[in-house]
Amino acid sequence: MDREETSARIAALIEPFNKKGVAVTDATRFTDDLEFDSLTVMDFVAAIEDEFDIIISMNAQAEIENYGQLVDAVVKLQG
Amino acid sequence: MTEAVNQPDQPETLVGGEKDLFSKFDSLIQMRTDLLSTGVTDPFGMVMERVVSPTVAICNGRETILLGTYNYMGMTFDPDVIAAGKQALDDFGSGTTGSRVLNGTYAGHKAVEQALCDFYAMDHAMVFSTGYQANLGIISTIAGKGDYIILDIDSHASIWDGCKMGDAEVVPFKHNDIEAMEKRLRRIPEGAGKLVILEGVYSMMGDIAPLKEMIAVAKKYGAMVLVDEAHSMGFIGPNGRGVAEDQGCLDDVDFVIGTFSKSVGTVGGFCVSNHPKFEIMRLVCRPYVFTASLPPSVVATAATSIRKLMDGKAKREHLWENSKVLHKGLTDAGFQLGTESPQSAIIAVIMPDLERGAAMWEALLHEGLYVNLARPPATPANMTLLRCSLCAEHSAEQVQQIIGMFTRAGKAVGILG
Ligand SMILES: Cc1ncc(COP(=O)(O)O)c(C=O)c1O
Repeated sequence: MDREETSARIAALIEPFNKKGVAVTDATRFTDDLEFDSLTVMDFVAAIEDEFDIIISMNAQAEIENYGQLVDAVVKLQG
Repeated sequence: MTEAVNQPDQPETLVGGEKDLFSKFDSLIQMRTDLLSTGVTDPFGMVMERVVSPTVAICNGRETILLGTYNYMGMTFDPDVIAAGKQALDDFGSGTTGSRVLNGTYAGHKAVEQALCDFYAMDHAMVFSTGYQANLGIISTIAGKGDYIILDIDSHASIWDGCKMGDAEVVPFKHNDIEAMEKRLRRIPEGAGKLVILEGVYSMMGDIAPLKEMIAVAKKYGAMVLVDEAHSMGFIGPNGRGVAEDQGCLDDVDFVIGTFSKSVGTVGGFCVSNHPKFEIMRLVCRPYVFTASLPPSVVATAATSIRKLMDGKAKREHLWENSKVLHKGLTDAGFQLGTESPQSAIIAVIMPDLERGAAMWEALLHEGLYVNLARPPATPANMTLLRCSLCAEHSAEQVQQIIGMFTRAGKAVGILG
């Protein structure tokens, strides 16, 4: 799956978690801009893992701060 | 410094002060300041002036029933336990001044490890200076680079810290969710080592894990299983070995982690296992090697207590009775509890918010009752909880008294209608 398609699918998944309707770009940060707390992060990560049938370990999550980094990580994890 | 004194007209330092390494704690400091400015007693600064028994202490000059000490089996004042500690002080001195692998293994350390082997009917037992260090040491040592740790999201801080200290990939799943756990196990790359970490009783809400089902799934995927039974030892299971024993799956647990700081009534931690190579842990586990061993009096009290817990059937039954009565009493009074039915000796009372939780905690203290206040971020779903832990030494009358205190305090604070 290419980056564009991956991004589109993640964008759809982020919708229910984007409570404030923030316009999401590659630079959007999960904690600072979307105000995700640890519980939201867990549910959101689980949704992505299920959608793409991958594991995003805590170690990998620690490297991901914004949306663009997440898309890149998911593209890479799909191999 | 002197300069500041000489410049009285300069504006005072702004709130938060100069930015330094402590700036990251500003929001927490603010939260505490706000809470304390409402006039409540600091819930994290209580001092017990005198301890009368496992269930009663003098706090702030007032006789107080203890309902938040995890002293489940009330062993802290057991005459045999105390006598063993005194004897060990006389015979072996006040401390070992050394690591377990150097000069810190006395006869008493071997004796308490044997008591644990007998208690759990397992081949190996390794005693650490605390339960925190047992988790830290075992987890960080057995799961290394390239291995995967699959753990419940509501795991105790010591488990998380053990994960952080090691080099394994850490993958949490939703609390007690068997399907979520299985999905993650299924996705782990072929050939990677796997460690599943669960707890018997989760201490925040007092709920237990469906260990039998979860361990069966873990084994299906070839994972090793570690279960922290800190809050079930001595109480749950036919022999008090914990939730895994109660559910008939202890044989499938590779490592049981436990503590002496709850049912055993002293301090210390341990891991028991049947793994044939387990003894190598003593040389490679850094939180075991690079710290001093427990004092002789502590291991003597622990060994005596553990052996007495082996036949604590009557006490276990009374503790269950206490949990059931308190759970029903609080439910009937109108409180919202962490579990629908009593599952352990912990009963979590859910507070509407931190302010009213702290007010309720203080009102209870004025009534003469101590419970544990748990607040975000240590709690699941960022709840504020009043955690109650019952003791086998609480009398039936005390439990009734406790229900009365909760009801009065709940009305005074406006939590009950
Ligand atoms: C689940 C769990 N594991 C480990 C520990 C640590 O035990 P200790 O007090 O011996 O460090 C605790 C309690 O503090 C606990 O609740």
